Amino acid sequence: MQRSFLAQNPSVMWFLAALGLFTVVVTLLAEGTGSSVISTSFVKTLGKVLCLCLIAIAMDVVWGYCGILSLGHFAFFGIGGYSVGMWLMYARTEAIVETSMASSVIPPTPGEVQDAIAAQIFGVVGASEFPAIWMFSHSLVLQLLMVVLVPGVLALVFGWLAFRSRVTGVYLSILTQAMTLALSLYLLQNDSGLRGNNGLSGLQNIPGFDHLPQSTVSIVFFWASAVALGAGYLLFARVLSGKMGSVIRAVRDDEVRVRFLGYHVESYKLFVFTLTAIVAGIAGALYYPQAGIINPTEVAPIASIYLAVWVAIGGRGRLYGSVIGAAFVSLLASWFTGGGAPNINLGFYTIQWTEWWLVLLGASFVAVTLFFPGGIGSLFDRLKGEAK
Amino acid sequence: MLRIFSLVIALAWLPFAVSAQELQTLLQSHRDVIIKPSRKSVGPVLDTLVASGLPTVPGFLEAWQDKSIYLRAEDDLFYVGTTGGAGLVLLDVETGAEVVAGIGKKDAKQIKPNGGVRREIGSALVAFQLSDPDIARRTQALDALARALDPAQLGPLVASIDGEPDAALKARKQKLANYLQARFGETPTIRVAAIQNLSSDLSVEGRAVLSQILETTTLVAQELPDGTNVASILTPGEGGLARDVAYQMLVDDHDLPARVGPADIRRALEANLDGGTVGGVPVAQLDSDDMRLRAYDALVTEGAVPARVDAEAMDAAFADWGFYTVYVESDPTITEAAETAQASVKTRVGLSQTADIGMDAISLASIYFLAAIGLAVTFGVMGVINMAHGEFIMMGAYTGYVVQQIVPDYTLSLIVALPLAFAVTFGAGVAMERLVIRWLYHRPLETLLATFGISIALQQLAKNIFGTQARPLTSPGWLDGAWVINDVIQISYIRIAIFVLALAFLCLLLFILKRTRLGLEVRAVTQNPRMAASMGINPEKIKILTFGLGSGIAGIAGVAIGLYAKVTSEMGADYIVQSFMTVVVGGVGNVWGTLAGATMIGGFQKGVEWLNPSNTLAAQTYMILFIILFIQFRPKGIVALKGRAAGD
Amino acid sequence: MSTLLELSGVSVSFDGFKAINNLSFQIGEPELRAIIGPNGAGKTTFMDIVTGKTKPDEGRIVFGEKNISLIGMSESKIAREGVGRKFQKPTVFEQQTVRENLAMALKNPRGPFEVLFYRKTKLGADRIEALAEQIGLSDELTRVAGELSHGQKQWLEIGMLLAQEPRLLLVDEPAAGMTPAEREKTTSMLVEAAKTRAVVVVEHDMEFVRRLNCKVTVLHEGAVLAEGSLDHVTQNPEVIEVYLGR
Repeated sequence: MQRSFLAQNPSVMWFLAALGLFTVVVTLLAEGTGSSVISTSFVKTLGKVLCLCLIAIAMDVVWGYCGILSLGHFAFFGIGGYSVGMWLMYARTEAIVETSMASSVIPPTPGEVQDAIAAQIFGVVGASEFPAIWMFSHSLVLQLLMVVLVPGVLALVFGWLAFRSRVTGVYLSILTQAMTLALSLYLLQNDSGLRGNNGLSGLQNIPGFDHLPQSTVSIVFFWASAVALGAGYLLFARVLSGKMGSVIRAVRDDEVRVRFLGYHVESYKLFVFTLTAIVAGIAGALYYPQAGIINPTEVAPIASIYLAVWVAIGGRGRLYGSVIGAAFVSLLASWFTGGGAPNINLGFYTIQWTEWWLVLLGASFVAVTLFFPGGIGSLFDRLKGEAK
Repeated sequence: MLRIFSLVIALAWLPFAVSAQELQTLLQSHRDVIIKPSRKSVGPVLDTLVASGLPTVPGFLEAWQDKSIYLRAEDDLFYVGTTGGAGLVLLDVETGAEVVAGIGKKDAKQIKPNGGVRREIGSALVAFQLSDPDIARRTQALDALARALDPAQLGPLVASIDGEPDAALKARKQKLANYLQARFGETPTIRVAAIQNLSSDLSVEGRAVLSQILETTTLVAQELPDGTNVASILTPGEGGLARDVAYQMLVDDHDLPARVGPADIRRALEANLDGGTVGGVPVAQLDSDDMRLRAYDALVTEGAVPARVDAEAMDAAFADWGFYTVYVESDPTITEAAETAQASVKTRVGLSQTADIGMDAISLASIYFLAAIGLAVTFGVMGVINMAHGEFIMMGAYTGYVVQQIVPDYTLSLIVALPLAFAVTFGAGVAMERLVIRWLYHRPLETLLATFGISIALQQLAKNIFGTQARPLTSPGWLDGAWVINDVIQISYIRIAIFVLALAFLCLLLFILKRTRLGLEVRAVTQNPRMAASMGINPEKIKILTFGLGSGIAGIAGVAIGLYAKVTSEMGADYIVQSFMTVVVGGVGNVWGTLAGATMIGGFQKGVEWLNPSNTLAAQTYMILFIILFIQFRPKGIVALKGRAAGD
Repeated sequence: MSTLLELSGVSVSFDGFKAINNLSFQIGEPELRAIIGPNGAGKTTFMDIVTGKTKPDEGRIVFGEKNISLIGMSESKIAREGVGRKFQKPTVFEQQTVRENLAMALKNPRGPFEVLFYRKTKLGADRIEALAEQIGLSDELTRVAGELSHGQKQWLEIGMLLAQEPRLLLVDEPAAGMTPAEREKTTSMLVEAAKTRAVVVVEHDMEFVRRLNCKVTVLHEGAVLAEGSLDHVTQNPEVIEVYLGR
């Protein structure tokens, strides 16, 4: 089955081969494992880009294939990040606290250790006790389960409510945006239990692996991101192939007709929405240890809008298109905003890209929507068409 | 009292008392007291001075209080002294003319009355200030009096009421006199009467007076002393008194053995380390509370540390002692009256606060309505979703800001800014419709995305032009201040203006859509564009006009919102989700629906804020969750179109 | 011939306008039935009610031997019970191939997980071939549906309906916009289909109805005005009044 599936979908083969090649090249050039051509921070950037590509294909499935323009998938991404971040922060603080308490005359009780960790973590928001949502933070396994469960359950409940009442199109988009806004406003509060706008920090330090240099940690996370992206691509390509893909695309094109064919449209939407939310959560869980910090602005509605922008520029309805879009636009963004792009002197005014990049992005996005709805991915189709 | 009487006479005589050297003579006759005043001896002297009715007395008293009266050694006369650059300068007490400058410290002796005396002088002065011909000084004196209620000032205050020409100030004086009576009145009857007057007083000052009268302390006693005015009997572990706190009071006040907390145990164990063990327990095993307790108890048996106070010991102590809250005021009739008055005030305050929240909700609803109504036109009537609507609001606000930079008069600039903001955003809206949206009709998701792109670009453009910091949009003077209904309910004029503006737009839009040719054509194009076109209506023109109208209203809303909030490049983004919620909750395609949506969202948000006033973020979170749930039950909004017209 | 679908006393109104007014209707299995009526007679609303798109205000609708009530069931559930519906405008999934369109419609479990793990079978492939043969699209199986002609799309849709193996087929104006040759073919398809199941055809075109040669129900103002053979109903004075009197 698996072989025939890959054989039926040559583009999946091509994608996996390209991803593998890319991973090998980066590994050979990276600071931690190879010739140090690529700095550790750039390895991290590339690893993060792979995570963004993963959430971009999730977005493409839900929007490009199933027709649900979700403006909330970055919320799931953030939840994934927070879930894993809670363990990272807990475990690391625990290690620090235990070291500092080891020198005391009398060995500390578990209660004292807990109190000290809580005081360390929540001191910034003026609290000194663990909120209820941290109750699993001591366990990596349970927090990793949360990476999948929390976005999954949230998407299931929200999707069930929204799809059940037949909210579609722009209404649904706005509703998902409202959900994202509610989440980010909630996280901004100091008593949210997640350190308000301070967010979680120091996530780049992996407890138990303190002896490893960041150059090694970064390449390991890069590999993990590459594997996750490959697996995610394979998963979605499998879901979208055959009859399931047929039904999902049919829901996008005419959901009323699908209903009269006897399919329970809401279940399909819910399936796609939840599955993609889970993948988004996993992407976030891999992204934030590489970014080192997560705070509520990462979850703000605008992030999800950028996600839609990447997918649109890359080309909706093509999995590889969304990967190209996410990689292209996010790397371009870091080039422009990082000061990499040369400023343009017009004589009377100098265009500084750090200031004008968003204007350029907004304008080019409008242009893509108007003149180039297929996005970058459609170029491949044209090439294919000419080759024939 | 006598002093007050003489003061009144003195003031009455003020215009006639003209004399050259009288004050100095008078001062000389009380020379000893003035040089070395005591709290007791100064009274009669002050009385005499006040009774003299000399116009120069207040000035002298102020100088005396300020420690700037000097006795010159050369002629043994009193002078007012100022220390300038050239050393001490002496001024005549009568005329204020400079007598001599630059003399040394030994040439003149400074008179330094002590604090008690200065207070006496102060209250004598208050009497002057309360009747000062200058209204500003009288107000100042009253403010000082209100800040720190002093029983000594009751007399002068009451005496000055009758002669007060200004009605408002007179009322204030009466009020303050009542406060003083309530707290310091001579007999319980006077006080109770004054307290009863307070039961309809909602002001912060009045409420403070009541709570000062009702001030309590916590008392621990085995037997209540006689004449204690008990407010309530406390039980440790219930109500506001935690067991630990209660026991600590016994420890502090009555020398009961102190409790031993975990930190104390730890310290005691550390202090009693004996080789590798404490109380027979190896140190390495002391990592649990149980083992620590065992070690500590072993130390107790050795007599090395005090015994722990367990729950039973605490219970026994609590059985032995009573805990009371006790009024500082000892007369129960007065505290009873004050309690009654306070309860009545609380009810009134509660009612007023509810009304105030209601007003707040209405003004918030007006803002949401203004922000959303333009959207309702473009989204509801044309089915076009415009995510850049928030940026049009921002453009309107910045237009107002720029106009204020050019036209300095705030009223005039506002009159210019409103139509200009409309024109600017109307133009922007038309440009956007022609350049972008026109190509995307019937592709709503694409429209949404393209307008997002515009919104991102516009926001960044504004940031590039105006910077990231907030720009002020100052309202004209006549919009400053607030309409004060009572001490609790007050609404700022800007909010009223926004409400009026919202109302005006509601009427204007209803008029345009229902009563004008344009409205008729808009409705025709909405319902059946092909039919409308065949009847000679140009649908393109109608679409342009409708879109321009919706965007123009956003511009005006921007000016209004900018007046009461800050103008930043992100202000539009703050309103866009709420605006869409307003339109969706209200029901698309209906002006009344938008009104209902705005009212509901504004009301709900204020309601949640009322329940949890410290947290506006939580209020917004709950509001959005509520909206998501609301849409479950009414997917088409409050004012929904039914049947075929809804067009599934 | 047993009764398959029975509506009794069904009414529905939109904002006070009674689209269906105390309608009673029966159809057996197998049977071919044509429903005619002027604009606004309630023909489309009748279909909406049967297929679950519109909820009736009152009345009852029962289906099959077990007399299942269709009221309150979701559209997809009703479809799975065996009610197929063809819309007036041809609605096929234009971005997918004819084969994919037919495969989606094949009678198979409809749950998402069953579909996700669905494997192509020889039986299914044969069934698709047979259906394509029946609707005359054997050579077009790999073509994208959007490239088909108007008539071919109509047939593809009928093919999809047949693939669902419904017991009751509701067909809304199948002949609209067709060439005479295409009409001919459509007629024979419907007559053929009606040999094994109940088929309800809503039609404006009297000529087409005559060709179907079946019992006719005339709707007017949301209720049944007359029922019988076409000749019978066209001689009914009330029907003449409704169709010609205005």
